[in-house]
Amino acid sequence: MAIEVRIPTILRTYTDGAKAVNAQGDSLSALIDDLEANHPGLKDRLIEGGDLRRFVNVYINDEDVRFIGGLGAELSDGDQVVVLPAVAGG
Amino acid sequence: MLTIDQATYDAIVAHAKRDHPDEACGIVAGPEGSDRAERFIEMVNAAGSPTFYEFDSGDLLRLYREMDDNDEEPVVVYHSHTATEAYPSRTDIGLASEPNAHYVLVSTREHGNNPGPVELRSYRIVDGEVTEEEVSVVEQLPPATIESTA
Repeated sequence: MAIEVRIPTILRTYTDGAKAVNAQGDSLSALIDDLEANHPGLKDRLIEGGDLRRFVNVYINDEDVRFIGGLGAELSDGDQVVVLPAVAGG
Repeated sequence: MLTIDQATYDAIVAHAKRDHPDEACGIVAGPEGSDRAERFIEMVNAAGSPTFYEFDSGDLLRLYREMDDNDEEPVVVYHSHTATEAYPSRTDIGLASEPNAHYVLVSTREHGNNPGPVELRSYRIVDGEVTEEEVSVVEQLPPATIESTA
């Protein structure tokens, strides 16, 4: 099972500069654990206190995961995951 | 230093004035690695707030896909402050996530929606560190240098 995960510029320090990496998992939560196993440090940039960080957006096949179950969102082979930090401020 | 053409500069200022007293936001995209602010893209402030801005998450995805397809990146990320100076707030610094971008701040506190000069300043924000830089407004960007393959 291979799921492509698009990595934003600011997190490419964890992926040796790669714009996209492959990972596996049948839920977003499992996928992030798999990412962490291969790219240590990445999980902490995505998750805080057991939930997705407020200012990190994750999309599965163009759907914001906040609307499809958050960390519990299901994944299947061939899905595409995009990670984008929010563009926000005060 | 940020080099920006007059039309783009004017477009950023006009957007900030129009959306006052809410914060306005957007980007100027350019070819990856070129540092050329070429394509002005106004964004909706999904927060609709005088003290906060955020791109809508769906708009954000479409924008980044489009830039990806065009081999572009955000060269400028701009937003306005409507009651304070054009300097990054603590929130701006904490959330800045484009280390290659010029963060442009416009303050509309002096004249609001009305004509009149505004304060426009530019910064690099990397790992929580803010560095102000000079803004050079030019009539037109210099021609792009074409990489030689010879």
